[in-house]
Amino acid sequence: MLSIKNLQARIEEKEILKGINLDIKPGEVHAIMGPNGSGKSTLASVLAGRADYEVTGGEVEFNGKNLFELSPEDRSREGLFLAFQYPVEIPGVSTTNFIKTAVNEIRKYRGEEPMDAVQFLKKMKEKMKLVEIDQSLLSRSLNEGFSGGEKKRNEIFQMAMLEPTLAILDETDSGLDIDALRIVAEGVNKLRDGNRSFLVITHYQRLLDYIVPDHVHVLYKGRIVKSGGKELALELEERGYDFIKEELGESVEA
Amino acid sequence: MSEMLNTLEQTALSEYKYGWVTNIEADEAPPGLNEDIIRFISAKKNEPEWMLEWRLKAYRHWLKMEVPRWPNVKYPDVDFQAIKYYSAPKQKKEISSLDEVDPELRATFEKLGISLDEQKRLSGVAVDAVIDSVSVATTFKTQLAEMGIIFCSMSEAIKEHPELVKKWLGSVVPVTDNFYSALNSAVFSDGSFCYIPKGVRCPMELSTYFRINAAGTGQFERTLIVAEEGAYVSYLEGCTAPQRDENQLHAAVVEIVALDNAEVKYSTVQNWYPGDKEGKGGIYNFVTKRGICAGVNSKISWTQVETGSAVTWKYPSVILKGDNSVGEFYSVAVTNNHQQADTGTKMLHIGKNTRSRIVSKGISAGFSQNSYRGLVNVGKNATNARNFSQCDSLLLGDKCGAHTFPYIEVKNSTAQVEHEATTSKIGEDQIFYCNQRGLDTETAVALIINGFAKEVMNQLPMEFAIEAQKLLAISLEGSVG
Repeated sequence: MLSIKNLQARIEEKEILKGINLDIKPGEVHAIMGPNGSGKSTLASVLAGRADYEVTGGEVEFNGKNLFELSPEDRSREGLFLAFQYPVEIPGVSTTNFIKTAVNEIRKYRGEEPMDAVQFLKKMKEKMKLVEIDQSLLSRSLNEGFSGGEKKRNEIFQMAMLEPTLAILDETDSGLDIDALRIVAEGVNKLRDGNRSFLVITHYQRLLDYIVPDHVHVLYKGRIVKSGGKELALELEERGYDFIKEELGESVEA
Repeated sequence: MSEMLNTLEQTALSEYKYGWVTNIEADEAPPGLNEDIIRFISAKKNEPEWMLEWRLKAYRHWLKMEVPRWPNVKYPDVDFQAIKYYSAPKQKKEISSLDEVDPELRATFEKLGISLDEQKRLSGVAVDAVIDSVSVATTFKTQLAEMGIIFCSMSEAIKEHPELVKKWLGSVVPVTDNFYSALNSAVFSDGSFCYIPKGVRCPMELSTYFRINAAGTGQFERTLIVAEEGAYVSYLEGCTAPQRDENQLHAAVVEIVALDNAEVKYSTVQNWYPGDKEGKGGIYNFVTKRGICAGVNSKISWTQVETGSAVTWKYPSVILKGDNSVGEFYSVAVTNNHQQADTGTKMLHIGKNTRSRIVSKGISAGFSQNSYRGLVNVGKNATNARNFSQCDSLLLGDKCGAHTFPYIEVKNSTAQVEHEATTSKIGEDQIFYCNQRGLDTETAVALIINGFAKEVMNQLPMEFAIEAQKLLAISLEGSVG
């Protein structure tokens, strides 16, 4: 459902992605791990279509379409969801209103009738239970004054509401305490249905204790340098990223 | 002439949504201003002698005044001798029901989406429709009359209720007040008069729609609202104007009087033609709006959503004379392309325990300049006066400007005056976040803007708020992305 071939991208003059290859099939969970500055978040941003990045080479096919021919909003409407590392605040716009607008924009793109208030509230209630999010949070301005954990939980809630075919989680675990991490991970697990695919980007292995991946990839200096099963994450946790560098024959700085 | 109108109509419809010209035979004065023109206007309107004298007094004073230069706006000088000061749609006879209104005129209202019948039937809003300076239809008058409420055109009020007009007209904004209000006093064509008797709560929102119609016609509206002891009224004013090639002057005066325990809420959505993308054309909107809380515990609240006009110069103010009286000002001012707005309020605390609240939200886009100018004045006898002011500016792009000029003058040491101000930009991050949730950039900007302006929008009556939200989005189309 997502096929990345030799993807290269840069920001301003700096090459960040230097030829990524990755295939994700329906229902699979892929984890991307890597040290800081390896290009993990760039990959997420490029897939979602952030304008700061320039794609300089390669192809990405998403659900049979050329991803780069789609605007960021059309990627979303086609079923690509990005859970942001730093969700933005929009003062004066309630979270409920924001999500309702999003749901109906996506429905419009698919030629469906907008959801009425009753249907929408019913769906909200159902998904609120799923990610253990409180009603009071949803009536507040989007992310304004939310704690780190509340912001991330709100991302997962939006994911539940928008029902994407591919969800990219960009360091969703960063800044979360262990309880928040568990709630967020459980929310994600409940959304695994055998068809929905996930690309989980993380620096630490601990998220993968809760969200068990089918495949783990190590991103280093803009390339996937190693891929394996879930045990690769444990190995990284145990040995640190240095062993990757050693395997690549690089000298390890003290 | 009609060929020109057709061309205008075509260009107008493609560019400015509310730009078209209604083909009604106008009954108008020749361009220029002198005492004869004022006599012509007064005679046309069958006014009594005292009214003519009032106008002439204003005119003679105006001759000695100078155009104000202090606002933070730039525009070529207006040639006051090139303006036509009177234009009335011709009516064959007096009208007693809506069915008799000129069908073309009614079609105009339907284009605006404010068909009188619709309004009358569905929304319970009484509309005093003003097109080119003369009231053509007043609805619900009979029902209101049963409660003693007078809601009619100013011309009618002058004839039918001279004692009230004589007593209150010019009592809040004297004829000598400022350049444009003096001009208005001399030549005002029509407007609305609203009188709520003692102890009466007006059961519906009163509404007026203004449109500038005949080419090259200045529009000088005069509105007077009087709320007697314990009375309440909510008044709505909305404007849209057809496209014009040359700049048009609009200099209205609104006066509000609130006596003991009375409350008046005045809401405006202003959408005069702002000029094209290069800043050509557009309305000059120089308005004097002022209310006086004359009695104890009285309250006057101004809410305005300003999206139109090439140049706006407007400071709805409240004189807090009665003890414990309250003044409020809620404003959203949007400027795009080459629009300029210098708007704000004056809160003059005179009585004891008077309170005022100012919430101003300025949104600038394109090459526009948006200024907030506000005065909070606490007099020496205004013990325990309180003011809170919040001025927020939002910028779209990097070629526009936002300015804040708060003036605070306090002559009583018990006063509490607070002022908060913020300036922010719509971030690419916010827009990208919305894009990622399936919202296109226009929708995202509209959402962010409406969030920013929410505190003010919440003050508007429901049906007006929805209209105003759409207006904000339309005004900023294409300004980001």
